[in-house]
Amino acid sequence: MKARVTVTLKSGILDPQGKAIEGALKSLGVDGVASVRQGKVFDIELAGADRAKAEAALKEAADKLLANTVIENYRVELL
Amino acid sequence: MKSAILVFPGINRERDMARALKLISGHEPAMVWHAETSLPAGTDLVVVPGGFSYGDYLRCGAIAARAPIMNAVRDYAAKGGLVLGVCNGFQILCEAGLLPGVLMRNAGLKFVCRDVHLRVERSDTPFTRGYNAGQVIRVPVAHGEGNYEADEETLKRLEGEGRVLYRYCSPEGVVDDFGNINGAAHSIAGIVNEAGNVLGMMPHPENHVEPIMGCTDGRGLFAGLVAHLDRAA
Repeated sequence: MKARVTVTLKSGILDPQGKAIEGALKSLGVDGVASVRQGKVFDIELAGADRAKAEAALKEAADKLLANTVIENYRVELL
Repeated sequence: MKSAILVFPGINRERDMARALKLISGHEPAMVWHAETSLPAGTDLVVVPGGFSYGDYLRCGAIAARAPIMNAVRDYAAKGGLVLGVCNGFQILCEAGLLPGVLMRNAGLKFVCRDVHLRVERSDTPFTRGYNAGQVIRVPVAHGEGNYEADEETLKRLEGEGRVLYRYCSPEGVVDDFGNINGAAHSIAGIVNEAGNVLGMMPHPENHVEPIMGCTDGRGLFAGLVAHLDRAA
Protein backbone atom coordinates (compact mmCIF):
# COMPACT_ATOMS: atom_id res chain seq x y z
CA MET A 1 0.00 0.00 0.00
CA LYS A 2 1.29 3.44 -0.83
CA ALA A 3 0.80 6.45 1.32
CA ARG A 4 1.82 10.06 1.45
CA VAL A 5 2.45 12.21 4.51
CA THR A 6 2.55 15.94 3.86
CA VAL A 7 4.12 18.18 6.49
CA THR A 8 3.51 21.92 6.40
CA LEU A 9 4.40 24.81 8.67
CA LYS A 10 1.60 26.03 10.89
CA SER A 11 0.19 29.40 9.96
CA GLY A 12 1.86 32.23 11.80
CA ILE A 13 5.25 30.44 11.87
CA LEU A 14 7.83 32.50 10.02
CA ASP A 15 9.17 30.63 6.99
CA PRO A 16 12.36 32.34 5.77
CA GLN A 17 12.94 29.64 3.12
CA GLY A 18 9.46 30.15 1.69
CA LYS A 19 10.07 33.89 1.67
CA ALA A 20 13.34 33.45 -0.25
CA ILE A 21 11.63 31.19 -2.80
CA GLU A 22 8.80 33.70 -3.11
CA GLY A 23 11.35 36.43 -3.84
CA ALA A 24 13.08 34.25 -6.44
CA LEU A 25 9.81 33.47 -8.20
CA LYS A 26 8.97 37.15 -8.32
CA SER A 27 12.39 38.01 -9.72
CA LEU A 28 11.89 35.30 -12.37
CA GLY A 29 8.79 37.17 -13.42
CA VAL A 30 6.38 34.35 -12.51
CA ASP A 31 3.06 36.16 -12.41
CA GLY A 32 0.60 36.29 -9.57
CA VAL A 33 2.62 34.69 -6.76
CA ALA A 34 1.17 36.10 -3.54
CA SER A 35 3.15 33.96 -1.09
CA VAL A 36 5.09 30.70 -0.75
CA ARG A 37 5.31 28.34 2.21
CA GLN A 38 7.74 25.42 2.02
CA GLY A 39 6.83 21.98 3.33
CA LYS A 40 7.86 18.33 3.04
CA VAL A 41 6.34 15.27 1.38
CA PHE A 42 7.08 11.68 2.44
CA ASP A 43 6.07 8.85 0.11
CA ILE A 44 5.83 5.71 2.17
CA GLU A 45 5.20 2.11 1.20
CA LEU A 46 3.43 -0.02 3.75
CA ALA A 47 3.37 -3.77 4.12
CA GLY A 48 -0.10 -5.30 4.62
CA ALA A 49 -3.49 -4.19 3.36
CA ASP A 50 -5.31 -3.10 6.52
CA ARG A 51 -6.16 0.55 5.89
CA ALA A 52 -7.06 1.40 9.48
CA LYS A 53 -3.79 -0.09 10.74
CA ALA A 54 -1.86 1.72 8.04
CA GLU A 55 -3.43 5.02 8.93
CA ALA A 56 -2.64 4.52 12.61
CA ALA A 57 0.99 3.65 11.79
CA LEU A 58 1.35 6.74 9.61
CA LYS A 59 -0.11 8.98 12.29
CA GLU A 60 2.34 7.49 14.78
CA ALA A 61 5.21 8.05 12.34
CA ALA A 62 4.19 11.67 11.83
CA ASP A 63 3.70 12.37 15.55
CA LYS A 64 6.92 10.68 16.62
CA LEU A 65 9.29 11.77 13.89
CA LEU A 66 8.13 13.18 10.56
CA ALA A 67 6.59 16.36 11.97
CA ASN A 68 7.52 18.60 14.85
CA THR A 69 4.02 19.40 16.01
CA VAL A 70 5.23 22.52 17.83
CA ILE A 71 5.55 24.22 14.45
CA GLU A 72 4.18 21.83 11.86
CA ASN A 73 0.90 20.26 10.78
CA TYR A 74 0.68 17.03 8.84
CA ARG A 75 -1.78 15.26 6.58
CA VAL A 76 -1.89 11.52 6.00
CA GLU A 77 -3.22 10.10 2.72
CA LEU A 78 -3.56 6.47 1.64
CA LEU A 79 -3.11 6.37 -2.12
CA MET B 1 32.76 16.53 38.03
CA LYS B 2 32.25 13.34 36.03
CA SER B 3 30.77 14.25 32.70
CA ALA B 4 29.48 12.19 29.79
CA ILE B 5 29.47 13.56 26.25
CA LEU B 6 26.99 12.01 23.83
CA VAL B 7 28.37 11.17 20.40
CA PHE B 8 26.08 10.94 17.38
CA PRO B 9 27.10 10.44 13.75
CA GLY B 10 27.78 13.91 12.33
CA ILE B 11 28.59 15.58 15.64
CA ASN B 12 31.86 17.52 15.38
CA ARG B 13 32.29 19.58 18.56
CA GLU B 14 32.61 16.71 21.02
CA ARG B 15 36.39 16.97 21.29
CA ASP B 16 36.31 20.73 21.91
CA MET B 17 33.81 20.02 24.66
CA ALA B 18 35.94 17.20 26.11
CA ARG B 19 39.00 19.45 26.16
CA ALA B 20 37.14 22.23 27.96
CA LEU B 21 35.62 19.84 30.52
CA LYS B 22 38.98 18.18 31.21
CA LEU B 23 40.67 21.54 31.56
CA ILE B 24 38.16 22.95 34.01
CA SER B 25 36.96 19.92 35.96
CA GLY B 26 40.21 17.93 35.91
CA HIS B 27 38.38 14.78 34.85
CA GLU B 28 38.43 13.22 31.40
CA PRO B 29 34.79 13.00 30.24
CA ALA B 30 33.32 9.71 29.07
CA MET B 31 32.33 9.61 25.40
CA VAL B 32 28.99 7.83 25.08
CA TRP B 33 27.92 6.45 21.70
CA HIS B 34 24.32 7.13 20.65
CA ALA B 35 23.43 3.43 20.42
CA GLU B 36 24.17 2.89 24.14
CA THR B 37 21.19 2.50 26.41
CA SER B 38 22.71 3.70 29.67
CA LEU B 39 24.98 6.44 30.99
CA PRO B 40 28.14 5.68 33.00
CA ALA B 41 27.39 5.25 36.72
CA GLY B 42 27.98 8.37 38.76
CA THR B 43 27.62 10.82 35.87
CA ASP B 44 27.35 14.40 37.19
CA LEU B 45 26.75 16.12 33.85
CA VAL B 46 25.52 14.95 30.45
CA VAL B 47 26.60 17.08 27.50
CA VAL B 48 24.96 17.01 24.10
CA PRO B 49 27.59 18.67 21.90
CA GLY B 50 27.36 20.64 18.69
CA GLY B 51 27.74 19.56 15.11
CA PHE B 52 25.46 18.26 12.41
CA SER B 53 24.02 15.01 13.69
CA TYR B 54 22.69 12.92 10.80
CA GLY B 55 23.57 15.75 8.44
CA ASP B 56 20.64 17.79 9.79
CA TYR B 57 18.37 15.47 7.80
CA LEU B 58 14.62 15.88 8.34
CA ARG B 59 15.05 18.67 10.92
CA CYS B 60 18.12 19.68 12.93
CA GLY B 61 18.46 17.24 15.82
CA ALA B 62 15.29 15.32 14.95
CA ILE B 63 16.90 11.94 14.35
CA ALA B 64 19.46 12.16 17.15
CA ALA B 65 16.63 13.03 19.56
CA ARG B 66 15.17 9.55 18.93
CA ALA B 67 18.45 7.65 19.46
CA PRO B 68 18.53 4.87 22.10
CA ILE B 69 20.76 6.84 24.49
CA MET B 70 18.15 9.60 24.71
CA ASN B 71 15.84 7.43 26.81
CA ALA B 72 18.63 7.16 29.38
CA VAL B 73 19.12 10.93 29.21
CA ARG B 74 15.39 11.47 29.73
CA ASP B 75 15.43 9.25 32.86
CA TYR B 76 18.59 10.96 34.09
CA ALA B 77 17.05 14.42 33.62
CA ALA B 78 13.79 13.36 35.29
CA LYS B 79 15.81 12.46 38.38
CA GLY B 80 17.34 15.94 38.42
CA GLY B 81 20.63 15.15 36.64
CA LEU B 82 22.34 18.09 34.93
CA VAL B 83 22.16 18.19 31.12
CA LEU B 84 23.87 20.75 28.89
CA GLY B 85 23.06 20.98 25.18
CA VAL B 86 25.12 23.27 22.96
CA CYS B 87 24.18 24.27 19.41
CA ASN B 88 23.05 21.04 17.73
CA GLY B 89 22.73 19.77 21.31
CA PHE B 90 20.15 22.49 22.02
CA GLN B 91 18.25 21.48 18.87
CA ILE B 92 18.39 17.83 19.94
CA LEU B 93 17.06 18.62 23.44
CA CYS B 94 14.15 20.58 21.95
CA GLU B 95 13.35 17.78 19.51
CA ALA B 96 13.54 15.26 22.37
CA GLY B 97 10.96 17.26 24.30
CA LEU B 98 13.38 17.99 27.16
CA LEU B 99 13.13 21.70 26.38
CA PRO B 100 10.17 23.60 24.93
CA GLY B 101 10.16 25.36 21.56
CA VAL B 102 12.17 24.89 18.42
CA LEU B 103 15.20 26.32 16.62
CA MET B 104 14.19 27.68 13.23
CA ARG B 105 16.27 28.85 10.26
CA ASN B 106 18.11 32.09 11.09
CA ALA B 107 15.92 35.06 10.19
CA GLY B 108 18.66 36.41 7.90
CA LEU B 109 18.91 33.00 6.16
CA LYS B 110 22.70 33.01 6.55
CA PHE B 111 24.88 30.67 8.56
CA VAL B 112 26.31 32.87 11.31
CA CYS B 113 29.85 32.04 12.45
CA ARG B 114 31.41 34.66 14.70
CA ASP B 115 31.78 35.87 18.27
CA VAL B 116 28.63 37.20 19.89
CA HIS B 117 27.90 38.86 23.20
CA LEU B 118 25.57 37.27 25.70
CA ARG B 119 23.97 38.79 28.74
CA VAL B 120 23.83 36.42 31.70
CA GLU B 121 20.34 37.02 33.07
CA ARG B 122 20.82 35.52 36.54
CA SER B 123 23.59 33.94 38.53
CA ASP B 124 21.65 31.70 40.92
CA THR B 125 21.54 28.59 38.71
CA PRO B 126 24.01 25.71 38.27
CA PHE B 127 24.61 26.91 34.70
CA THR B 128 25.33 30.55 35.51
CA ARG B 129 26.78 30.67 39.01
CA GLY B 130 30.25 31.25 37.57
CA TYR B 131 29.02 34.67 36.39
CA ASN B 132 27.31 37.72 37.84
CA ALA B 133 23.75 38.58 36.89
CA GLY B 134 23.84 41.12 34.07
CA GLN B 135 27.42 40.22 33.13
CA VAL B 136 28.22 40.31 29.41
CA ILE B 137 30.33 37.47 28.03
CA ARG B 138 31.80 36.93 24.56
CA VAL B 139 31.51 33.47 23.00
CA PRO B 140 31.38 32.13 19.44
CA VAL B 141 28.32 30.93 17.54
CA ALA B 142 28.28 28.79 14.41
CA HIS B 143 24.82 27.87 13.23
CA GLY B 144 22.28 28.22 10.45
CA GLU B 145 19.27 27.32 12.54
CA GLY B 146 19.41 29.04 15.89
CA ASN B 147 16.34 31.21 15.71
CA TYR B 148 14.50 30.17 18.88
CA GLU B 149 10.72 30.16 18.58
CA ALA B 150 7.92 29.04 20.87
CA ASP B 151 4.26 29.92 21.21
CA GLU B 152 3.31 33.06 23.13
CA GLU B 153 2.25 31.16 26.21
CA THR B 154 5.54 29.24 26.40
CA LEU B 155 7.54 32.45 25.99
CA LYS B 156 5.51 34.08 28.73
CA ARG B 157 6.22 31.14 31.03
CA LEU B 158 9.94 31.13 30.21
CA GLU B 159 10.15 34.82 31.05
CA GLY B 160 7.88 34.64 34.08
CA GLU B 161 9.81 31.75 35.59
CA GLY B 162 13.21 33.28 34.86
CA ARG B 163 14.19 30.44 32.56
CA VAL B 164 15.99 32.54 29.97
CA LEU B 165 19.58 32.36 31.23
CA TYR B 166 21.46 33.77 28.24
CA ARG B 167 20.36 36.47 25.78
CA TYR B 168 22.08 37.92 22.70
CA CYS B 169 23.09 41.52 23.33
CA SER B 170 25.44 44.33 22.33
CA PRO B 171 28.97 44.48 23.84
CA GLU B 172 27.46 46.87 26.40
CA GLY B 173 24.74 44.40 27.35
CA VAL B 174 21.87 46.07 25.53
CA VAL B 175 19.34 43.58 24.18
CA ASP B 176 18.02 44.86 20.85
CA ASP B 177 17.33 43.72 17.28
CA PHE B 178 20.86 44.60 16.21
CA GLY B 179 22.45 42.25 18.72
CA ASN B 180 19.93 39.52 17.99
CA ILE B 181 22.04 37.63 15.45
CA ASN B 182 19.46 35.08 14.31
CA GLY B 183 16.08 36.65 15.01
CA ALA B 184 15.36 34.52 18.09
CA ALA B 185 12.23 35.34 20.06
CA HIS B 186 13.12 37.66 22.96
CA SER B 187 16.79 37.41 21.81
CA ILE B 188 16.94 34.01 23.53
CA ALA B 189 20.34 32.29 23.35
CA GLY B 190 19.84 29.78 26.17
CA ILE B 191 16.98 28.45 28.28
CA VAL B 192 16.45 25.90 31.03
CA ASN B 193 13.63 23.43 31.57
CA GLU B 194 11.03 23.88 34.29
CA ALA B 195 13.11 22.07 36.92
CA GLY B 196 16.19 24.10 35.99
CA ASN B 197 18.52 21.12 35.44
CA VAL B 198 18.55 21.06 31.62
CA LEU B 199 20.15 23.95 29.70
CA GLY B 200 20.11 24.40 25.94
CA MET B 201 22.12 27.17 24.29
CA MET B 202 23.19 27.97 20.73
CA PRO B 203 26.59 29.62 21.46
CA HIS B 204 29.74 27.60 22.20
CA PRO B 205 31.19 28.43 25.64
CA GLU B 206 33.60 25.49 25.24
CA ASN B 207 35.42 27.42 22.51
CA HIS B 208 36.37 30.31 24.79
CA VAL B 209 38.14 28.63 27.70
CA GLU B 210 41.87 29.10 27.02
CA PRO B 211 43.94 32.25 26.43
CA ILE B 212 45.10 30.90 23.05
CA MET B 213 41.47 31.12 21.91
CA GLY B 214 41.61 34.86 22.47
CA CYS B 215 39.05 34.86 25.24
CA THR B 216 38.18 32.81 28.31
CA ASP B 217 34.64 34.05 28.92
CA GLY B 218 33.21 30.55 28.46
CA ARG B 219 35.02 29.17 31.49
CA GLY B 220 32.49 30.54 33.94
CA LEU B 221 29.78 28.19 32.77
CA PHE B 222 31.89 25.08 33.41
CA ALA B 223 33.53 26.44 36.55
CA GLY B 224 30.05 27.24 37.88
CA LEU B 225 28.91 23.67 37.27
CA VAL B 226 31.96 22.32 39.09
CA ALA B 227 31.31 24.66 42.03
CA HIS B 228 27.63 23.69 42.10
CA LEU B 229 28.48 19.98 42.24
CA ASP B 230 31.20 20.49 44.86
CA ARG B 231 28.71 22.25 47.07
CA ALA B 232 26.11 19.53 46.54
CA ALA B 233 28.63 16.79 47.37
